[in-house]
Amino acid sequence: MGEVKLIGTHQSFPCARIEWGLKIKGVEYEYLKEDLSNKSDLLIQSNPVHKKVPVLIHRGKPIAESLVILEYIDETWKDNNGHCLLPQDPYERALARFWARFIDEKCVISVWGACVAQEGEEKEKAVEGAIETLSHLEKQIKGKKFFGGEKIGYLDIVAGWLSYWLSVLEELGEIELVNAERFPCLHEWGKNFINTSPIKDCIPPREDVIAYFSFGINYVRSMAANKA
Amino acid sequence: MGSKDVKLLNFWVSPFGKRVEWALKLKGVEYEYIEEDICNKSNLLLELNPVHKKVPVLVHGNKAIAESFVILEYIDETWKQYPLMPHDPYERAHARFWATSAQQKLGKEGSWTALVKSGEEKEKALNTASEVLDKLEEEIKGKKFFGGDNIGYLDIALGWISYIIPIWEEVGSIQIIDRLKLPAINEWMTNFLNHPVVKDSLPPRDKALDYYHLSVKKHTPN
Repeated sequence: MGEVKLIGTHQSFPCARIEWGLKIKGVEYEYLKEDLSNKSDLLIQSNPVHKKVPVLIHRGKPIAESLVILEYIDETWKDNNGHCLLPQDPYERALARFWARFIDEKCVISVWGACVAQEGEEKEKAVEGAIETLSHLEKQIKGKKFFGGEKIGYLDIVAGWLSYWLSVLEELGEIELVNAERFPCLHEWGKNFINTSPIKDCIPPREDVIAYFSFGINYVRSMAANKA
Repeated sequence: MGSKDVKLLNFWVSPFGKRVEWALKLKGVEYEYIEEDICNKSNLLLELNPVHKKVPVLVHGNKAIAESFVILEYIDETWKQYPLMPHDPYERAHARFWATSAQQKLGKEGSWTALVKSGEEKEKALNTASEVLDKLEEEIKGKKFFGGDNIGYLDIALGWISYIIPIWEEVGSIQIIDRLKLPAINEWMTNFLNHPVVKDSLPPRDKALDYYHLSVKKHTPN
């Protein structure tokens, strides 16, 4: 089916999404490790609009943006391993795409905001906001093993950062968002997800994720301090 | 599929809702249009889109779908006549990428920010918009529409550029699209605006100008 390369960094959860998608479909790929502090010509050429990872290169053609790449993988290796990432029914597909956008546009941003906010009213408000966005996902996963049903699907992959990267953000931000009391279904889903193959085979060491996020958090906080 | 089956909740000037109208019209799908006052949101809207409380929302039978790009793909997958998305997976990925990237970079971070900010922020926003437009110029070169000879998903997704940006340019007395420097985009805009499905669908220009004058005032820091 042609040569497949993935430009990425292991600490980045959007990159992990692509590895999960490729591994679930049994697609072999070459991982091109990117140093984000010194972006390669290949990355800049392959994704000139955003200059970000992940980028999938298939038969020499680049595809950027993790949600776009996931759909590309699902359509290109349609019948691989008999495992479809997106549902078949148009309405179910619409729901999966809706929630995927919600996760990237609302959840990620609100959780990050809650993490970087400094102590006080601002942080309390940010935490409340993050909990509110996550409560929508709790409703969606209720009664299901995975968002995709019995098998991991597109939405599980998109939400996957909640099962591992979130706990690092919670630790660094000194907050608690998802626990068994507040979001029992989401909590259970997270444990199932992270312990399933091939998901657990692509998890970066916790210290690397800590270092990756710490850098970003310190940067944001120092910018805020300079403005004040 | 009669008009009772399909409803569209929209706001008259929303470029997001306009996309959905164009898609339904191209496919010849009859629908009931329900105008929503976004300053005084109806219970219907809050019920159908409780997460974002925004238009557009497509109602098909007992299903409600929100988010314009999600709605477009739902329409394309449900009504197979006049396919909007390309057939090839790489072309599909390309279209999806540009739909969201243009909205984010050319729309939000670029044009809108240039409109409501000043000084360095304005300059940066105009540069962001310009970079995206240069790339879109390359994409459309040699083609009548992004979809080829006919309007497709990406034309619908980018269609706001053809009528909203000129309005914003007038409201803000700025130039976002250099028509001489971007002849292919300029031609695409003309072709798009002249398409029968688009031509008579646009909001009244004067009304839209007033709306955005007010909107910019609200969003401009003092």
